Amino acid sequence: MIDLGVPASEIADHVRDGEWSAEAVTRASLEAIRGREDLNAFLHVADDVALETAREIDQRRARGERLGAMAGVPVALKDALCTIDSPTTCASKILTRDGVSQKTGWRSPYDATVTSRLRNADAVLVGKTNMDEFAMGSSNENSAFGPVKNPWDPTRITGGSSGGSAAAVAAGLVPVSLGSDTGGSIRQPSALSGVVGVKPTYGRVSRHGLVAFASSLDQVGPITRDVRSSARVLEVIAGADPRDSTAARVPVGRYEEACDRPLDRLRLGVPESYFGDGVDPEVETSVREAISTLEEAGCEIVPIELPHTHYGIATYYIIATAEASSNLARFDGVRFGLRVEPAHGDLQALYGATRDAGFGPEVKRRIMLGTYVLSAGYYDAYYKKAQQVRTLIRRDFETAFGRVDVIATPTTPTPAFAIGEKSADPLAMYLGDVYTLPASLAGICALSIPCRPAKNREGRGELPVGLQLLAPSFGEERLFTLASTWEAASPARGNRPPPAGGR
Amino acid sequence: MKITTAAVLHVAKLARLELDDAEVVSLARDLTEIIEYIDELSTVPTEGVPPTAHITVEQLPTRDDEVSIGLDHDTVFAEAPRENEGGFAVPSFVDEG
Repeated sequence: MIDLGVPASEIADHVRDGEWSAEAVTRASLEAIRGREDLNAFLHVADDVALETAREIDQRRARGERLGAMAGVPVALKDALCTIDSPTTCASKILTRDGVSQKTGWRSPYDATVTSRLRNADAVLVGKTNMDEFAMGSSNENSAFGPVKNPWDPTRITGGSSGGSAAAVAAGLVPVSLGSDTGGSIRQPSALSGVVGVKPTYGRVSRHGLVAFASSLDQVGPITRDVRSSARVLEVIAGADPRDSTAARVPVGRYEEACDRPLDRLRLGVPESYFGDGVDPEVETSVREAISTLEEAGCEIVPIELPHTHYGIATYYIIATAEASSNLARFDGVRFGLRVEPAHGDLQALYGATRDAGFGPEVKRRIMLGTYVLSAGYYDAYYKKAQQVRTLIRRDFETAFGRVDVIATPTTPTPAFAIGEKSADPLAMYLGDVYTLPASLAGICALSIPCRPAKNREGRGELPVGLQLLAPSFGEERLFTLASTWEAASPARGNRPPPAGGR
Repeated sequence: MKITTAAVLHVAKLARLELDDAEVVSLARDLTEIIEYIDELSTVPTEGVPPTAHITVEQLPTRDDEVSIGLDHDTVFAEAPRENEGGFAVPSFVDEG
């Protein structure tokens, strides 16, 4: 009996050993995906292509070939990652031909580097996941194709922007997905959906073929149910790439091996200010419990300060929108995607009409904000100022990491909120990103892992809570060692959301 | 700072966005609120602090200057919404007659 709930590393081992066929695993995943269409986690399911890939993998094994590290593991990709054999839409109408349906989505002429690395490791790519349009959002409500629902409570958001990727893993539809994280877009939905999500160090993973949002911040990373699977996936996708000059030529770590290492008296920094106003009391209790457990496991707890954390919000929403306003200039109705041609008009009218019809409200808001902060007369006051504060945020971490090895915080101030609760108030939505933004601005690595869930006060059952761990650049091994230690002791271990209709 | 509808229209022109009247009004309101919030950065002392434009972990590597094969014409134009005589069609250069 195939159980997609087991770690991806075990699935790959079963397929390599011939105990499970890749085809049977893929069929189980496709069936699970079909059974949870109510979540709206997928924008495209690659049934035929996935089954064909799986059969080829089985044939190669039968011929005695040694299979890769992801042998037969079904993987879902955030729809911001290019795939040559399925549409890529970024959940935006502007990357569709008809301006309506993802079925007419843009066909990339190439695979993203992470896509081809997964294929080379014998993963089976089963589909593309829903997201906030162009990765702009924290609730997945900004998708042009409807919000993703939280598997723990379908009246709630599952987080964003990699909401579909997080929900698909949480609901057991796939053991692995990839997301992208610009200001928390892997960690926040992972926390709210009760799964493990890793934002690697900036430069750890190639961005080639990731549709750009904010190029100095974007990073691709894994979402899985357990720590070891994330470690394995990161080992597969990380490393230098001739197609991305920002992909660092730093040797890829032994992340999976790091999951088995002893803790060795790690110094764990705790910024007390992260437990101040605005944090939900149950989130605080849960994260503090995790920190105490890690202390008992041998960590030395060191109080630290990250004094510029609060300014991360303003800094991020200047820098990210400025970069986005430039990156999204390429969507012009000329070379690909939607084209809206006014009856009488010049090139400017074609651009304006296409972009007005193709972009959703949040994307327009951010393009406008980014254009504003870069415009003549405001550049120094906003963009340059934000870059300077970004330096101060980096220095906060440099100082802290002079005294500690890893920092522990909540991933989010609250558990998942209700769909619609914040959608009319963009600023309130931005403020919820306060704990994840600093690591993105500093370029360091971070992960979110479930800790004790909170009571669902307006509904039945429980809602996931995330513990965020932060380490210096290229310190991913340390994160995996610490996260594995916590995972073994965590009260959230083995938790799964209720099945469809099971509430 | 209050963002007027005139300012919204100016920025929209720079951003190549053709907004309808309702969008102009709601963006003026949202941008005013967001910009009032981000204005708090002006209270942070930053004199002499160098800006961070990019996180560079090393010297950017250079590669050999070798010719490589890119995408062929048909592949590049496969997704073009409108093609004209082997090129991308744009209004100013197309005889609409």
